[in-house]
Amino acid sequence: MDFSHTEERQMLADMVGRFVRDQYDIDTRHANVKLEQGYSPEHWQQLAELGVVGALFDENVGGFGGAGFDIAVVFEELGRGLVVEPFLATLLAGTALAATGSHGDQIEAAISGESQLALAHGEPASRYTLNHVETSAEKTGDGYRLNGNKAVVISGGSADALVVSARTSGNGDDADGISLFLVPANADGVHVRSYGTVDGYQAAEIALQDVDVSADALIGGEGEGLAALEAANAAGILAVSAEALGAIEVAIDMTLEYLKTRKQFGVPIGKFQALQHRMADMMIEREQIRSAVINAAGHMGSAPAERDWNMSALKNLIGRSGRKIAEESIQMHGGIAMTWEYAVGHFAKRIIMIDHLFGDEDHHLQRIVSGGPAG
Amino acid sequence: MDLNYTADEQAFQQEVRDFFAEKLPGDISRKVLEKKRLTKQDMEAWHAILNDAGYLNAHWPEAFGGKGWNAIQRDIFDVEGNAAGAPRVVPFGLNMLAPVLMAFGSKEQQEYHLPRILDGTNWWCQGYSEPGSGSDLASLKMTAVRDGDEYVLNGQKTWTTLGQHANWIFCLVRTSKEGKPQEGISFVLVDMNTPGVEVRPIILLEGTHEVNEVWFTDVRIPASNLVGEENKGWTYAKYLLVHERSGIAGVGDAMASIDHLKHIARDQKMNGKPLADDPRFASRLAELEIDLSAMRTTNMRIMQAAADGAPPGPEVSMLKIKGTVLRQSINDLTRRALGPYAMPFVSEALDLGYNEEPIGPDYANPIAVDYFNHRKTSIYGGSNEIQRNIISKMMMGL
Ligand SMILES: Cc1cc2nc3c(=O)[nH]c(=O)nc-3n(C[C@H](O)[C@H](O)[C@H](O)COP(=O)(O)OP(=O)(O)OC[C@H]3O[C@@H](n4cnc5c(N)ncnc54)[C@H](O)[C@@H]3O)c2cc1C
Repeated sequence: MDFSHTEERQMLADMVGRFVRDQYDIDTRHANVKLEQGYSPEHWQQLAELGVVGALFDENVGGFGGAGFDIAVVFEELGRGLVVEPFLATLLAGTALAATGSHGDQIEAAISGESQLALAHGEPASRYTLNHVETSAEKTGDGYRLNGNKAVVISGGSADALVVSARTSGNGDDADGISLFLVPANADGVHVRSYGTVDGYQAAEIALQDVDVSADALIGGEGEGLAALEAANAAGILAVSAEALGAIEVAIDMTLEYLKTRKQFGVPIGKFQALQHRMADMMIEREQIRSAVINAAGHMGSAPAERDWNMSALKNLIGRSGRKIAEESIQMHGGIAMTWEYAVGHFAKRIIMIDHLFGDEDHHLQRIVSGGPAG
Repeated sequence: MDLNYTADEQAFQQEVRDFFAEKLPGDISRKVLEKKRLTKQDMEAWHAILNDAGYLNAHWPEAFGGKGWNAIQRDIFDVEGNAAGAPRVVPFGLNMLAPVLMAFGSKEQQEYHLPRILDGTNWWCQGYSEPGSGSDLASLKMTAVRDGDEYVLNGQKTWTTLGQHANWIFCLVRTSKEGKPQEGISFVLVDMNTPGVEVRPIILLEGTHEVNEVWFTDVRIPASNLVGEENKGWTYAKYLLVHERSGIAGVGDAMASIDHLKHIARDQKMNGKPLADDPRFASRLAELEIDLSAMRTTNMRIMQAAADGAPPGPEVSMLKIKGTVLRQSINDLTRRALGPYAMPFVSEALDLGYNEEPIGPDYANPIAVDYFNHRKTSIYGGSNEIQRNIISKMMMGL
């Protein structure tokens, strides 16, 4: 075993870290959220040119990374800046494509920043169940006709192309019969309602009404989409958990600094043992989360059962301990943390909202309980 | 002991239910139940309706025009009001200033201010906290210097809740720098239209304008606006803290919030079945109900003991902690119940006039914002850490 990063990966982490530190302070972030697209196309292009998008993908699909640890280091640094540019959506859609081995040109275009992808998979009734797909894909003469509703599609509003899951057979929660399609966002019958999330990111409700696509829109084998969705889901869990870790690091650093400088009753509030012990617990949990990120990143390429045990363990811990750290960071600051002006609240919001992506604490606990000891 | 309502209590419950059914305006209750924004006019209108019915100050002593309600009556009113979607009353004048004026104010102050609290002429806000003085309130710096028949005020208050709507503020100010810091504090009443008072908004982390900074630059107030004696303000403020226990546990609010959560949990589906049937979720919900059921009785026991003249102890701190943590836990489970639909947020949808389709279920939009906003409750009104310090000190004598 070796717990240090390769030199290349350390350079990647340093580069993204430097970008965030030098060019992406909290005011810039707020300004980007307010832009028309909900992020800055300029920053996105700049990061793509630096190779940060490419770092999320394997060489065989045109990237220069793609290992679990590449995803983890990039997203941890993005989390430290609460970066709102569409990395997550690109990772999700790109990973699904890469898992099937088809439409490689789309990944390349995404890596260069030329076009943007989003994964339109979740539905109003699916909650966190990956195989719940009601959207239908009916065979037509020379292709398919899609009908259905996609919910809370991350960065769905700014995507040029959507990776859409739809049933070519079966129904409800059947594992078989889910197919993936590449659908241009401006295709006839695609209705996108874009909105902001409570933590400053972008998502969309997407209605598909008689959307006709040609046969070559099919991604991978017909009815075999679930494995690719599972791969995308695993990448998504790792990414947002590493992002949460980055946000947690900042929240803890800010709280610690505040405990040392804020004075009440003539002493820094950090002198109060009631706060000291809780700060100590938060630091323990941060290290636990860091370890869980390492475990998950290391198992990104493992067999699905082992990979997913580690992903669920990580996500459960993020839900459980991440919430504690987010809430305590606010509480131990006092009133100042309740303000928009003071940044810690924005980090807390992101940490908490990550519980709602790819399954919350309870969902992943259940997945581990019912899946048996795979890890 | 008897946990059943007496015939009188049953009759009271019916009277109160009828009142809410008949008098609570539909658009106001809709806003409350759907967690939309209340305007200043909504709050004023509701105060006026309560006042007409004699309910606004029913908890005041009879000597001051109240009904002297006991703990059971207060509980019934609280629970029924929350279930019906009645807005919470704005507490600063009614529940905070009024008891201080009744105990320590001059006859003139009582006669002038108490009726104006009730009829809505004056909207009060609370000027205690300062940027450097939160938990350590006694270190406050805002000064009041006597000049003939006037005091001249200089300094800054902060976190002033709904100060943007208020026209009067009661302040703790420094009138002496001698002795212990607590011994140089006075309690004064300030008309916010006086030259030199400036209100500046503070936006909270979820984007709402609820609190403010209030700045005072050479603000002159009549010396008769001093409450009680100079340099005794700390005693009055402390009196308020231990005597005003009603409502601090938020029992009615917690009950209504649990009902709402149950409604959501029945509507949300997990693997095709109601979320409410999921054993893990159901257990979490049941634990909250267990806590709430015990807290409701704790609350009534403490209220009744106080009404019967028990000396103030650490009970109010217990209620503050339990009440805020329990409601925060309900908010937390409610946001989880929503799954991915906890994320979307459309600020305009918090206004009643918003006519577009909701994103996801119609109850989803305000839930996450509520969860974040209510983090304040364990910070304000004496943080939960400070409450624990009080309990420790009083119970352990250390
Ligand atoms: C939304 C909101 C509304 C408010 N409304 C009003 C209002 O209308 N009027 C008004 O006057 N004030 C109001 N307040 C202010 C509120 O009362 C203060 O925020 C509170 O007293 C805490 O003070 P602080 O924020 O300065 O935190 P600090 O006192 O700086 O405390 C920071 C942290 O240290 C902890 N701490 C401090 N001392 C100790 C100790 N001895 N032992 C252990 N822990 C300690 C605190 O619990 C907290 O966790 C409001 C606050 C908020 C957030």
